[in-house]
This record gives sequence, structure tokens and C-alpha cells, in this order.
Amino acid sequence: MRSIIEYLKEIFNGVLSLLRGMRVTAGYFFRPSEIVTQKYPNNRKDLVMFERFKGEVVMPHNESNEHKCTGCGICEINCPNGTIEVISKTIVTEDGKKKRAIDRHIYRLGMCTFCALCVKTCPSNALAFSQKFEHAVFDRASLIKQLNKPGSQLMKGVE
Amino acid sequence: MRFDFIASYVSAFTGPWWKFLYDFSLLTTPVHEWLNGSVSPFWTTVIEMVVVGVVFLLFYAVVGLFLVYAERKVCAFIQNRLGPNRIGPYGIFQTIADLVKLLFKEIIPIKNADSLLFNIAPYIVIIVNFMALAAIPYANGLHAIDFNIGIFYILAVSSMSVVGVLLAGWSSNSKYSLIGAMRSGAQIVSYELSIGLALITIVILSGTMQLSEIVEAQRTGWFIFKGHIPAIIAFIIYVISSTAEINRGPFDMAEAESELTAGYHTEYSGIKFAFFYLAEYINMFIVASIAATMFLGGWMPFHIGNLEGFNMVMDFIPPFIWYIGKTFFIIWIIMLFKWTFPRLRIDQLLTLEWKYLLPINLVNILVMSFLVLKGWHF
Amino acid sequence: MEEKVEIIATDEKQEFIVNMGPQHPSTHGVLRLVVSLQGETVKNIQPHIGYIHRGIEKMCESITYPQIIHLTDRMDYLSAHQNNESVCLLVEKALEVDIPDRIKVIRTIMSELSRLQSHQLFWATFGMDLGGQTCYFYGLRDREMILDIFEETTGGRMIVSYNCPGGLMYDIHPNFQKRVKDFIKYFRKKLPEYDTILTGNVIFRERTSGIGPLTLQDAISYGITGPSARASGLSCDVRKHEPYSAYDKVKFNEVLFSEGDTYHRYMARNDEMRQSMNTIEQLIDNIPEGPYAVKMKPVIKLPEGEYFQRVETARGELGLFVISDGNKNPYRVKFRSPNFVNLGVLNHLAKGFKIADLIAIAGSLDFVIPDMDR
Repeated sequence: MRSIIEYLKEIFNGVLSLLRGMRVTAGYFFRPSEIVTQKYPNNRKDLVMFERFKGEVVMPHNESNEHKCTGCGICEINCPNGTIEVISKTIVTEDGKKKRAIDRHIYRLGMCTFCALCVKTCPSNALAFSQKFEHAVFDRASLIKQLNKPGSQLMKGVE
Repeated sequence: MRFDFIASYVSAFTGPWWKFLYDFSLLTTPVHEWLNGSVSPFWTTVIEMVVVGVVFLLFYAVVGLFLVYAERKVCAFIQNRLGPNRIGPYGIFQTIADLVKLLFKEIIPIKNADSLLFNIAPYIVIIVNFMALAAIPYANGLHAIDFNIGIFYILAVSSMSVVGVLLAGWSSNSKYSLIGAMRSGAQIVSYELSIGLALITIVILSGTMQLSEIVEAQRTGWFIFKGHIPAIIAFIIYVISSTAEINRGPFDMAEAESELTAGYHTEYSGIKFAFFYLAEYINMFIVASIAATMFLGGWMPFHIGNLEGFNMVMDFIPPFIWYIGKTFFIIWIIMLFKWTFPRLRIDQLLTLEWKYLLPINLVNILVMSFLVLKGWHF
Repeated sequence: MEEKVEIIATDEKQEFIVNMGPQHPSTHGVLRLVVSLQGETVKNIQPHIGYIHRGIEKMCESITYPQIIHLTDRMDYLSAHQNNESVCLLVEKALEVDIPDRIKVIRTIMSELSRLQSHQLFWATFGMDLGGQTCYFYGLRDREMILDIFEETTGGRMIVSYNCPGGLMYDIHPNFQKRVKDFIKYFRKKLPEYDTILTGNVIFRERTSGIGPLTLQDAISYGITGPSARASGLSCDVRKHEPYSAYDKVKFNEVLFSEGDTYHRYMARNDEMRQSMNTIEQLIDNIPEGPYAVKMKPVIKLPEGEYFQRVETARGELGLFVISDGNKNPYRVKFRSPNFVNLGVLNHLAKGFKIADLIAIAGSLDFVIPDMDR
């Protein structure tokens, strides 16, 4: 007799635990206000990424097309996998001195691991992260970017 | 040619035109009589079969696609997601887009597969579905075949789908498929018993196996209320074991995706995969329909004894709406099962059947017989 | 084909060999298990690894110490903070740098958040392995909040790269404390739901309790660490035995069970989530003022010698062994990764159980495949 009671008790407790679980899921079913997913491509306009989000490395330029990169190559040395390549040139300044300046700052987005060592170690804060995250392209070659804009110059006062 | 049936339509339209909704024989009888009068009885049968066949094909596709959409929406809402929402308002055309995609997909021939059986298997599953669908009473007078052994026929036919599953698993020359098919075989063979016994409980109460009479007998109250305790137990057992019979979670061992990738239909692609997929959902619709018919009164509105006013209001809702509402309520419960519970193991599945459901079921039948003998039901 | 049939027929063992992986929904990555079956019963398992081998240890020999951080991020990506911490602690120990309390406290909070999100993902995937797919979405929903906290402070969601030798890459974001407190308040409400859906469920209990028991002796001899070993009663928490960062200042319990079956491996992680929340709550209001990084030399060179550092990741003990020859690059690096060692016990545990149990046991050991292969 006792075993029969235990048998029924077992069934009752089992069914009860199942019903409790169903109450939770059915509760969510009837509360669509708790939906957490977003309609992504539709909400592009008001989608704000965090300010520190590591989208891609950029070189900020000011209005007169000037950047802070001196072409020292520290970012290239610190980059763990050769994502950055700094091609420098020698220019003659107004007072006749020879000086190293940047020709092209090549950044291979396809290789970048977003470790932020380049941005952190740059002595003149020339590099930064942008919040852009839609990196898909049709051609792999377009992932190789030149960070300094054509015709840009070193900002005055940055050594 | 005589055009009497048009006259009857006209008279129908001059009267309250929505009468069809309450008794479909008003629509079908004139057509039948007109056909009988214009062509020979043989051609009458042929034409009627073709019409019914086309209607069922359309019904099959619409219900199948809608259920796939409904399941995706239900599980999305349970999981705090939005679900499909791109194609059409609220994504209602998503499954149609999926179907078009599946139609265009390449059907990959499997090396060393038994190609005859491999190709036949999805059709067996589909044919079985159609055979079961034919015997279900959808509304007052909307009933393709009304056997005097209707429920017995549906049970017999629906257990044949395991043949398709076994063939699919065996012929596709894949180990996952084989394990899935064997599990499915063991599962369906044991759960057939529970389904049968749970339905026999109701057959004892109703005293008939003819589905139209079973529905008619529930005019004064649904069987789940008439048969009270044993009927409720039978209902619970039926819902559990029918979930197992149609291979849905938490009993989806045959296609347990975390163990066997996709079980018996791992190797199928394109439209053949779609057949299995649709058949799974139509199976769910069939078992829900039977549950609605046997326990919840089928298309019969909700009546309480002698409350004339209340019964009138309930009668105003068309029978087809009642039927669809009950069926979808049960489908919703079955979906909630799948999206709440973890999967059982194969031996636990059999333990549940043989140690719990079957003994309870047998005792339940005894209780129900006693109840009917003593007349203690409502 | 004729030949094939004959081989199977003459096989004395009558074993049915099923390949699980490298592309299989339940292996959590590219793990390949060659499973010998008899009926549904598992007879033998041969794990094959190496599908995501990137040679991290060898790569470390050619890069500098700060650069190693971005590789350890990618080993056990669910415990990225702890992995990074091991490198930083080792370098700081070797150079005998004093680390201010602020850095220690922030590192501890980040490690515990990392553990918390790892265990949330464990809960989610374990539920899915057993067939309860809704668990996966509930787990991810709550994990998203921790990832947002990470993203706001570190700029990365999984690959955080937040630690660096000598401190942290950036200071914490002004919103950090508020967000963490909000999260803990939220998650304390959601955790009972986890228990209702999965822990208390009779099907879940049946599926897990008594499955794949690991005795204390076996746990020691197989070298199991982490929650999987603590479920067998092996006290092996590095945070307790060799406290690093701020773990000596906080009070938390080492979750210990004695049964060691799948259910208790699950419960060990479930309870660790509560312990992690307690730890974070003790620290979050008491972050001392101070610098977020110590000034280090531009080129870090470790003195000649051998160094070893242990940390407790979400999956067990991570040991980092470095031989330095005085250069800016390490001479040899060896990671003792918990997942690789824990994989060794799978055959021992799952033998004699069903296929479905194999999935449950593998799920309860909580593998991260890139950490096995490195």
C-alpha cells in the first residue's frame, strides 16, 4: 500500500514540476513586452554603439585635412600580426631640414584582431577606434585601407 | 441539364445566407443531387472525389504552412524573440518563401542508398496523413468519410506513418538515420497502446466509434466534463502519448538534433525534406483534431445543461470556428511542451509508457466502465 | 560496397561506429568523437582534437609579452579575462611590480563577471544539449547584459583584451558600477526561473542524476579541475588555495559536492553563479581610488628564468609556464588548459551509458574546443 502511495506521489510531484516550468514559458508567451531582440537593419538610424566599441582603426583628421601621425612606426612594431604597415617618406621642411613624414598608413582590416595596442601605444594619439561595425564587402582587396587621407598633412605642433 | 441547385442557392441567399456555416450539408446536398441528376452515378463519384481531393490538397498545404509559421511564432514569443517578421505583415508569408526555396533546392542523391525506398518514404508519410485527414469531422456536415468505425480507422491509419519513418532511416545509408528510425519504431509501437486505450475510455462512454455520433453525443456536454475524473485522466494520457507518437519534443528522440543531427531525415534535402517536415506538422494537427473531437466536443459548441440563453449565444459561433479553436488550443499545448521540457532518454521514454501510462490507463478503463454501468456520468 | 558489408559482418565485437563531429550540433565546436556503440550503449570513445589548432604556444615565442594578451583571449573565449590575467600576473610577478588595489579589485570583478557569463552560457547550452531549446535563449538573454557591460568598458564583447601587463588598458567606464548593480539585481530575479525550468524539472533530474559519476580518486588521477572536480568533492579552487588579485579580501564559498554525477556538475556551476554574484557585490561599491595602470617600460623583458602562474578560469585551473632567456620574447610558453585535461575523462565517464547520456556528460564537462587545441 505504501509503495502505491509513493508511486502516486512520484507522479504528482513530477507533473507539478513540469507544470511549474510550463507556467514560466507560458508567462513569457503572454508577455510580448519582454521581447529583447531588435529588428536590426530597420533600427540602423537609432542604433548607438558604445563609445569605446572597437569597430575599426581610423586616423581622425580635422577640418583642414590634418592628422597627428608622425610616421614613427610604433604602431607597426606593436601590432602582433602585421596588420599595420607604415610607409614613410622624407620631406624637406620650410626651414630646410630633412624630416620623416608619413606617406601611406596601410591598415588591413581583414587581419586586425582589435587588441587596441596600436591605439594605446601611439605617442601622438593619432589613431582611434570608430564605431562602424558593418565591415562586409564583396572584394577582399577593399579591406586593405589607407588611413591617412590623400593630400593630408601633419597637424601643426605635433612632433 | 437541370439547374435546380441554383434555385436552392437563391433560396438560401434570400434566407439568412450564413446558414452554410452552421450546416454544411445545405451546401453539399444540392450539389450532390444535381450531379446525380445530370451524370451517371459513377461520374458523380469520380467528380466528387476529385473535388474533395483538391480541397484536401489545398487544406493540407495551408494548414501545414500555417502551423510551421505558428510554431515559429509561438516558440519565438516563449523565448523572448520576435520570430519571423520580414516577409509580409508579421512575417506571415515566411513559410511560403521557405517552401519556394525548398522547391528550388537540389535533391542530393545519396551514395549506396536504397533509392527506391529512399524516394518512396516521404510519400508514405504524406499518404498516411491524407488518409487520416479524410475521416475527421471538421464541422457540421463537413466530413469526407463518416465510417461507423471512424476512430478505429484513424488509429489504424496513423500508426502506419512509422513505416515511412523506418524506411527513410533504413534506406538512407546513414548511421544517424538508422538509430533515429529504430528509436522511432520502438517509440511508436509502445505509445500506440496508450493512445488506443485512452480513446477506448471515451468509446466506452460514448458507446460508438462513429465520429459524427461521438460529436453528436456531446451536444449536452463535452466528454471531458461528462466523464469527469476518468475522462480528464484519459485526456492527459492522450495528449502525452500523442506527443510521443508524432515524434515531437520532449519525445523527439527520433530526430534528437543534439544527438543524431536530424535523425531519420538527416540525408533528405529539398522538397523531400519538406514533405517530412510538413507531415510532422499535419500529424500534430491530426492528433489535436482527434483530441478535440473525442474530449472537447469537436465542432460542438459549449453547452451547459438547460441554460437556453447561454446555449443560444454559444450556438451563434459557427461550428468550424469551434473546431479550429479547440484544435489550435491543443496544438498550442503540444508546442508549449516542446519548448519547455528537456528531451527524455529512450529507456526513460519506454519506462514512462510501460510503468506509468499503461497501468494508469488500464485502471482508468475499469473506472470508466464502472462509471458507465452505474450511470454516474453526467 | 560488397566488401564493406563483409567487414562489418565479420567484426567480432559487433560495434557500430558513429562519428560525432567535427560538425555536430552537440560538440560545442570542432571536437570529433569516434563513438563505438553496441545498440544505444557507448562502448568506447576516441576524441580527436586539432581541428582548430592555431599553434598559440609557438606563436607566443615570436611576440612580446603585451602582445600575448590578444592570443590568450582566443584560447578559452568564455574566460578571456582570466586567461589574460594569467599572463599579466606572471609578468608582474617576474618583474616584481607592485599592483595598486584598484587594479586588483577591477580585475577580480571582471573575472567574476566573466565566470558568471561563462556559467550562464553553460546553463544555456546544457539545456539545449538535453533538448530544452528555450533554455538557450533565456541564458543568452541574460548573458547579453554582461556582454554589454564588457563592451562599454573594454570595447569588446567576448574578445575583451582588457588586462595588460602592469594594469588595465583603460579605466572603468563611469556607468560600470551602476550597470553591474542593475545586472545583479535583475539576475537575482531571473535565477529562480532557471531553477524552475531546468533544475527542478523531473525530466532533467532523471536525465542527469546518477549519470557519469566521477569519484574523488578518479578526479585526482585524471587531473580534473574546476567545477567538474569540485562536484566530486575535490577542493581545487585556485582562488582559495593561492589567492591572486583581490580574492584574499572577499568572502566566498568554494562549492563542493561529493556525488560527482552530471547533475552535481551542473549544480556546482549553478551555485558558483550565486557565489560570483556575492563576490561582485562585496567589491563593486568598494573600488579604491588610484591609477588604472602602472607605468611599465616600453619594452618588457623578463629576467632569465622559469615562471609559473595559476588562475582559476570558469572551467578549471589554467597554468601558464614561461621560460625566459632575458629577451623581449618568451623562450617557451606552455599553457596547461583545463579543457584539454578534462576531455581525458570523457571516455571513462561515458562508457556503459547511452548516447543521450554521452551528450549530457560532455555537456556537463563544459568544453570550449579552442582551449583544447590552442
